[in-house]
Amino acid sequence: MARLRLHELCGYRSGDKGDVADVALFADDQTVYDVIVREVTAARVRDHFGAMVAGEVVRYEVPNVLALNFVLRGALGGGGPRSLRSDALGKTLGGALVRLEIEVPDELADRRAPRPDIGWAHEILGHLHRVAPTSVLPRGSR
Amino acid sequence: MTVRVAGGQGFYGDTPRAVEGLLADGVDYLCLEALAELTLAILQKDRQKDETRGFTRDLPLYLAAALPEVAAGRTRVITNAGGINPTAAARVAAATARELGLTGIRVATVLGDDLTTRLEALARETPLTNLDTGAAFTELPSAALFASAYLGARPIVEALAQGADVVITGRCADAALFLAPLVHEHGWAWDDWDRLAAGMLVGHLLECSGQTAGGNLSRDWWTVARPWDLPYPIAEVDPDGTAVITKPRASGGRVSFDTVRHQLLYEVHDPARYLTPDVVADFTSARFDDLGDDRVRVTGVRGSAATATYKALLCHHAGWAGEARVAFSWPDAAEKATAASAIFVERVEQAGLTVDEWCIELWGVDALGGPTVPGTSAEPPEVVARVAWRCADATTAGLVGREMVPLTLSAPPAGMTGMGRGAARPTELLGIWPTLVEKALVDPHVSVHVEQV
Repeated sequence: MARLRLHELCGYRSGDKGDVADVALFADDQTVYDVIVREVTAARVRDHFGAMVAGEVVRYEVPNVLALNFVLRGALGGGGPRSLRSDALGKTLGGALVRLEIEVPDELADRRAPRPDIGWAHEILGHLHRVAPTSVLPRGSR
Repeated sequence: MTVRVAGGQGFYGDTPRAVEGLLADGVDYLCLEALAELTLAILQKDRQKDETRGFTRDLPLYLAAALPEVAAGRTRVITNAGGINPTAAARVAAATARELGLTGIRVATVLGDDLTTRLEALARETPLTNLDTGAAFTELPSAALFASAYLGARPIVEALAQGADVVITGRCADAALFLAPLVHEHGWAWDDWDRLAAGMLVGHLLECSGQTAGGNLSRDWWTVARPWDLPYPIAEVDPDGTAVITKPRASGGRVSFDTVRHQLLYEVHDPARYLTPDVVADFTSARFDDLGDDRVRVTGVRGSAATATYKALLCHHAGWAGEARVAFSWPDAAEKATAASAIFVERVEQAGLTVDEWCIELWGVDALGGPTVPGTSAEPPEVVARVAWRCADATTAGLVGREMVPLTLSAPPAGMTGMGRGAARPTELLGIWPTLVEKALVDPHVSVHVEQV
């Protein structure tokens, strides 16, 4: 057995309905799905978020797309237009969930999340006229 | 016969530019979803200032692109851009058509979702309990600023049957905008639950525009083609409910099993019982086949009978908020930011200002992740303290913000106040109250009006 962050094994997306956040976890394949069904229980997710979630956490299994869906009640400081939080719509809760470390069988121990390759972004920004470390002028200007 | 429906808008403020790509690719119906939960609150403030407002004001931008295609008989438009004033939105649609020199377009409005003026009467007939908290309607903290029911696809289908080219609704279930043309074209019965569920699932996949076509994708997000040219999604739907989710050919983006499943569960509670006005859809029953070439086939969706209620959303005043930010750099950035927050809170108390709630976040430490962020000994190169507060009135909320300004010269070293919005003007907070209301109490008030312009 090994310990891995969910990030090495799963995708995620989260959103809001009132003061309830929905956080979905997408397994890379069936093996990963079987592991997260066993490991990522509602209670575990509740513990992970701690004081960020005031209410209960409910888990739904969605085997046809190898996903788990978590409903987090009282997770958004009162809900979008009422909340004082920066992330009043729960957009970042998916990323926060995949920080969770779980036990995985040895066959998954070497799994790693792909690393971003944003060469295209550097290329776009490289076309701008750099006048200082954080100061650039539009393309073509001198 | 296959019907092509497209999701051309995902929220009020989305870009109308993606519509051009959808129209160029050819779609039978262009559906524009403009209303998030709190959008009606924004529109309510608009209408208070001007009786002719209360709809999403970017509607003419969308119609300017779409109406020439509508007039040529190549597409029809369905939108909930009417907000809390569909009649005014229809007038704007007519004006847009005239400006473009187009005639013969039939514009329909759907009314009856707005419960605001008859809320007290409704409360005598049905509990209007808060779905999230269980609180009784009598505990609503202040008068409702708006109250509206999420209508289904039926009135839209009625409008299409009357020959409407453009259908403008107020609040309705987002996915119903997409189900309606499928019911109309394929003649699905209102108790053909599997077909209705398939249509709702298609609508759910299209209602958030770019999110199905490579936007907001986790995992390998950087591999999405030309993300600055992200297309919006199209569904090709057969009479039996089989659908292929795809995108305009000449565009960036991606439609794959992964992009589709990301959207499938977005803002869904129980995927096996997705409650909509027209059907209860079982998203776990669907089969998704990635056909390659940006095409994903959806089959086998199961549905069951709709409930006897509509979801409704009430919105009420909930106080005033202010927010301020102050940034610190290394060394000891996090400690300085924490100390500055404490000094600020103490100063506000000394000034005798009453704050009902504080929110203190350290950006660069754990502002977004909270307790999920592992403890680390690494020193962040910079940290922003963001402090937000809630007060009973706007004046107090503004005075609290003033207490942040002096920290520039009288707090831990080198704090930069006025970051970002700085001590921004106070904003009104709104509480939302999700509830249920019997269809029988709403349907008699729903009406469809079609006018040729």
